[in-house]
Amino acid sequence: MDHLQQLENKSVHIFREAYANFKNLGMLWSIGKDSTVLLWLARKAFFGHVPFPLIHIDTSYKIPEMIEYRDRLALEWKLTMVVGQNKEALAAKQTFPNGNADRITCCRLLKTQALKDTLAGTRERYVMNLETGQYEVDKSSEAFTGVIVGARADEEGSRSKERYFSARSKDNDWDVADQPPEFWNQFKTDFAPGTHVRIHPLLDWTELNIWEYIKRENIPTVSLYYNQGNGKRYRSLGCWPCTSPIESASRNVDEIIQELKTGKLSNIAERSGREQDKEDGGGLESLRRDGYM
Amino acid sequence: MIDDRQQMNIVIAGHVDHGKSTIIGRLLADTDSLPDGKLEAVRENCRRNSKPFEYAFLLDALKDEQAQGITIDSARVFFSTPLRDYIIIDAPGHIEFLKNMVTGASRAEAALLVIDANEGVRENSRRHGYMISMLGIKQMAVLVNKMDLVGYSEAIYRAIVSEYSEFLKGINVKPRCFLPVSGFQGDSISKLTAQMPWYKGKTVLEVLDDFQKEKPQKDKAFRMPVQGVYKFTRFGDDRRIVAGTVETGELRIGDEVVFLPSGKRSRVKTIESFNTGPQSFIAAGDAAGFTLDEQIYITRGEIAVKAREKAPKVSTRLRVNLFWMGKDPFVKNKDYKLKIGTINVPVRIEEIIKIIDASDLNLNVEKDRVERHDVAECLLKVKTNIAFDIAEEIEGLSRFVIVDNYEIRGGGIIREELDDEQSWIRDKVYLRNTKWIRGDIMPKQRAERYNQKAKLILITGQKDAARKELAKALEKRLFEEGKLVYYLGLGSLLYGVDADIKSEEIGTENGNRTEHFRRLAEVANIMLDSGMIMILSAADMTQEDLEIIKVVVNSNQIDTIWLGDDVTTDLQFDEKLSDLLSIQENLEKIKSRLQETGVIFSPW
Repeated sequence: MDHLQQLENKSVHIFREAYANFKNLGMLWSIGKDSTVLLWLARKAFFGHVPFPLIHIDTSYKIPEMIEYRDRLALEWKLTMVVGQNKEALAAKQTFPNGNADRITCCRLLKTQALKDTLAGTRERYVMNLETGQYEVDKSSEAFTGVIVGARADEEGSRSKERYFSARSKDNDWDVADQPPEFWNQFKTDFAPGTHVRIHPLLDWTELNIWEYIKRENIPTVSLYYNQGNGKRYRSLGCWPCTSPIESASRNVDEIIQELKTGKLSNIAERSGREQDKEDGGGLESLRRDGYM
Repeated sequence: MIDDRQQMNIVIAGHVDHGKSTIIGRLLADTDSLPDGKLEAVRENCRRNSKPFEYAFLLDALKDEQAQGITIDSARVFFSTPLRDYIIIDAPGHIEFLKNMVTGASRAEAALLVIDANEGVRENSRRHGYMISMLGIKQMAVLVNKMDLVGYSEAIYRAIVSEYSEFLKGINVKPRCFLPVSGFQGDSISKLTAQMPWYKGKTVLEVLDDFQKEKPQKDKAFRMPVQGVYKFTRFGDDRRIVAGTVETGELRIGDEVVFLPSGKRSRVKTIESFNTGPQSFIAAGDAAGFTLDEQIYITRGEIAVKAREKAPKVSTRLRVNLFWMGKDPFVKNKDYKLKIGTINVPVRIEEIIKIIDASDLNLNVEKDRVERHDVAECLLKVKTNIAFDIAEEIEGLSRFVIVDNYEIRGGGIIREELDDEQSWIRDKVYLRNTKWIRGDIMPKQRAERYNQKAKLILITGQKDAARKELAKALEKRLFEEGKLVYYLGLGSLLYGVDADIKSEEIGTENGNRTEHFRRLAEVANIMLDSGMIMILSAADMTQEDLEIIKVVVNSNQIDTIWLGDDVTTDLQFDEKLSDLLSIQENLEKIKSRLQETGVIFSPW
């Protein structure tokens, strides 16, 4: 059994444990390569089905191709697609592109706050009608108690300290220093009322593993990841005002795998195109403590 | 990192300040695994601050850099030898060290245990040695470090080797080897040096490369804890798939499988998977799924095994070794939760056999509680039957954790299954299920035909409560509504089914009450299998009586009703009814209970 197969087995096992233990389970889908591999692994775990809702936080600044791709796959794979958005902040133009907030504040409002409220069910959610392909107001406002997330340990410092099943307090706080032990495939599946658990099936995967798996399984990905002839491609996807492509000639999955293997990118952080990480020293760690995924 | 290379996770453990970081720093430097210029930069920094250079600073420097988000990982350190890539799982922080060490070590395939030659064997040298063995890491090398501080004395090295070997022997652990090293001076890390001409063994790097990759255990008996039974009918998928991760062995289409503890059996019809070609078998390590020939009722928590292979154990009493990490001690007379495989069951301590005190090597401390960082041998009693293996046979299925107040607080391995009061009944039920000859009509077909689900309704209570009257009224009412229902009084069995047991002794201290209840439950089992709703009345039923019935009859099919305001036994019933209410009122309550639980269908 090769390494990729081992990773798949472990992730599938985690999915099934999550499904058995959390009544209100949902999965975050950012449309990026990691959470799309995550979605594929869910279909592996449940034999082609995805028996829980996918949650997407729409900042309204996502690259349009990402939204098209999301809705196309949702229809094709019959996903329960739930979308949340911080409409108030958008209406008040409290955003970075509007010049009324710095990048971190913009992330806090459009992503973190929108995510917290959507998970808690305190904000209106929209769910795709698979008959019409249109979004309708979600009748359920139940809070999610288990949230599956595509974080990888190798992505960035703070994520390497994660557990597979990681508790979040009422305020979505994450106590990095005092986490419960996790061993022998036994996870934290008990939680106090009001708290929830984040589940990380991709924790052991590297960026290279993700691309190798996309190749092996032939998983559809957004074309933004590939060089379309201008010598640039996106390595990590986000909102267009804060995400920039990297210099790379890779036109397809094979070329990306080659690029990663040769170590050409090994001294450049994967999220280097994500501008919010660069602000206030440890942008992502403070966002994550706060409930960012 | 190139992925077709082999990868191995290593954990480094040992007492605080015995030099783990220095050894890691040295390994990084000696294998050229540091970023360009890092070594020089740290040396230069030390020179400017006039402090002696230490290899441990390399680790700190790496972490600083990682904190800035350039390199990737602060809890894990990567280095490579020509043979393969290593990930050293570093468990930082002295506080809560054990929790992190356990988490890190459980992901490792091999361990290096570091002992300071100058300080000798200390509390955590022993505790970590014990933990490494209990976590199931079979490959461990012991590094006697800081040999430079003891003048490279062979005598001191030998003394530590002998003391620590003695300890390991006491807990039944065989290390791969011992090595005298100095992380600070670089002796025996990547090369042997002239400082210790008396040491002719391997270097740390050679020892690492000698460790073997763990292989899935395909040659052992097949075991797959059931994670779930899936049927996703929403989009017209009729497959009913038994899903789980295979622990050991392999299973093929056509193989006869048994599910334990229920003892139900069937044959593998198909192997299921998504986006692969057709599969004909599953094996150790696979996150798998299969369908069955016959639609038997099984649930998460059972273990799938092969009919012709050695069966796992089934019991409620377990002799275990465990370690405790909770701030609050593990105490008697308190309910905890035990998780093993995919089972989740209430557990209590029956007896603390001994506490192994790692700090003074005393293996027999008398204590009535297991405190934080203690390692203990205990007898545990779980509330319902579980299937498992013992550590000597299939280690993975002997491992459990204990949950208290929402958190995993302890873990351990089962050493032995002990008989409980129900053991002999369980054996009989197992044999009965094995030998049962089934007709072609499935329980589901009967349920559809009769428009009801089979159920055993136990009505008990104090002697003078109107149990029989209520039971008979309920029978009549359900009968009139067209249900298949049968009332049986406990006493009715005495002169027929129980004719060979002395009836006057039933209910007395040494009488045959257990056998009486077993027979009753076997009768109930046949009635339930025929699709019947069976109503049974009995006075003063105890929890022990119910436990016997539960061994024989599927506990999902039992409803217990206590009639009367005072509860006079320890029975944990499903519902209590007041005998101040009329029979009609109580009857309606039971009826709506049956409707709510889907036993009979509600007309609105």
